[in-house]
Amino acid sequence: MLAIPISYNLRNLTARKTTTAMTALGIALTVAVLLSVSALVQGLRTSLAASGNPLQVLVLRKGGTAELNSVITRTAYQDILARPGIAHDEAGRPMASLEVVTVIVLESKENPSGININLRGLTPMGFRLRDEVKLTAGRMFRPGHREIVAGRSLVSRYGVHLGQKLRFGRGEWEVTGIMDGGRTSANSEVFADLNQLAADQNRSTALSSVLLRAESRDGVQTLINDLETDRRLNVDAMTEPAYYAQQTSSAMPIQALGTFVALIMSIGSSFAAMNTMYAAVARRSSEIGTLRVLGFSRRSILLAFLLESTLLSLIGGFLGCLLVLPLNGLETGVGSFVTFSELTFSFHITPQVMLTGVLFALVMGVLGGILPAASAARKQILSALKSA
Amino acid sequence: MSAATPQAVITTRALTKEYRRQEYHVYALRDASIDINAGEFVALMGPSGSGKSTLLHLIAAMDRPTGGEILVLGHDLRAMSESEVARWRNAHIGFIFQSFNLIPVLTALENVELPLKLTRLSRRERLDHARRALELVGLGDRLGHTPRQMSGGQEQRVAIARALVTDPDLILADEPTGNLDANSAKDVLSLLTRLNEEFGKTVVMVTHDPHAARTASHVRYLEKGRLLPNGEVPEDWAPIHA
Repeated sequence: MLAIPISYNLRNLTARKTTTAMTALGIALTVAVLLSVSALVQGLRTSLAASGNPLQVLVLRKGGTAELNSVITRTAYQDILARPGIAHDEAGRPMASLEVVTVIVLESKENPSGININLRGLTPMGFRLRDEVKLTAGRMFRPGHREIVAGRSLVSRYGVHLGQKLRFGRGEWEVTGIMDGGRTSANSEVFADLNQLAADQNRSTALSSVLLRAESRDGVQTLINDLETDRRLNVDAMTEPAYYAQQTSSAMPIQALGTFVALIMSIGSSFAAMNTMYAAVARRSSEIGTLRVLGFSRRSILLAFLLESTLLSLIGGFLGCLLVLPLNGLETGVGSFVTFSELTFSFHITPQVMLTGVLFALVMGVLGGILPAASAARKQILSALKSA
Repeated sequence: MSAATPQAVITTRALTKEYRRQEYHVYALRDASIDINAGEFVALMGPSGSGKSTLLHLIAAMDRPTGGEILVLGHDLRAMSESEVARWRNAHIGFIFQSFNLIPVLTALENVELPLKLTRLSRRERLDHARRALELVGLGDRLGHTPRQMSGGQEQRVAIARALVTDPDLILADEPTGNLDANSAKDVLSLLTRLNEEFGKTVVMVTHDPHAARTASHVRYLEKGRLLPNGEVPEDWAPIHA
């Protein structure tokens, strides 16, 4: 239990408004940097986690780390279709999608040199397997035509619009539809007809991946084991969420850099808090002496000053949370080292991210406050009273 | 027939406080022996540096002696740990400072309540005690005022209320009128006298002021770190007849 009332600390903080505000602002900026990075990573994770249906299995060439560097032949696809455990639709067709994935360069005002975008060739079944993806404008591409459907992030970030003709491969492709991928990575992709795209890219026989839906949740692992143990197929299989989870590594450099910057800033902020608290201890030396004369122990003094430093940092922490709130939902993109294309997603400030910021501020407050608080507690009564 | 022996609340024998600075030895207090009985009002007088405040600080256990013995309210202060001393001081000692030493961010009521935070009293009881202490010193209408909103005399009265709120056995005052005008000083001295006479508190007061010393029942002088024998005064000082 704290013997010295908390109002003593709170009023001391408000009594020196400017110092408190400046120190809290320093902490707030540090927290804001950390939270921005966390919100970015969280947004990416949310986007990638939402991209996977746990009932679905993605099949890549053995050793293939991404669809982009995977090759699946049509023959292998036919063999895969013959496997038990694959779900069938109401018409009795296997719920499987052979797909080809490549990268195109999309120019924009922001990036005149262009940005890599995932271009996916698929059949209507492939579209159907993506439950969250909905056509929101225009129409679906027609088989055998150079037509594409663009994710909504490409509209908002790069100005892609219906009727626009994009030049890649062997000719121009018309944007006939805009799709909303919900929170999935489909928002930053372009979909085209499988056969048209494969022909255009000279990949009629060597495609990229197969997406399968298992009959049941229990059957997912069996299906994966069945595919992976067949040496003729020579494939790796994994659940769709597991595949996308691997791709969060795209955010690792940003996360590492952001965390590094936030850590460096936190050292500065801790020193600022320490400086503020040392000044408070020096200014209130007589009060410390008085409290000791009244019977408060060294421990009470230590806790009081530590609490004050913590309160100061918490103010900074909450302020930092407020500073980053406007970022919530803001759309951005990162280049993926796995797919070599841009993945767009939104900053996602969750309660967990906010809690991280507040805890980070708390750590800064404790680190910055422990030495001044200890020095306050160490003071001899008479020297504390005399240094007033 | 013998009268009941007065109970000594403070007993010191050859009490010494020595400071060592390299090869120099400075005695702030040397071989001070004194007995102060319950219910006495003792003034300690002497020129600056005579050791009177040092003696008061040793009695309050705010400092440790380097020699001699000290027994206060039956406790050998040298044998107590720092935390024991802190609890003992809270329970038995009320200390009044020359500069009032109120906490500037707290109101009069909160300042007076502060020592009670270390007791087992409920918040309601604490506030009730603090309110009554402030009423006793005539500041019942200044409960919500902060030190900055009060005069020096009022601040010192709050400090007195804070010193007596725990109902201590011993009130120690270090130059309580040193920073006050004549009228405020008079009020403070009247309060100390009242605490001594009406409430039976033992009061030990350090003062430079002969007028203040006259309110005490006994006056003892110190000079150059030595407590002068009862009745002796420093050279060039006129004796005070309490």
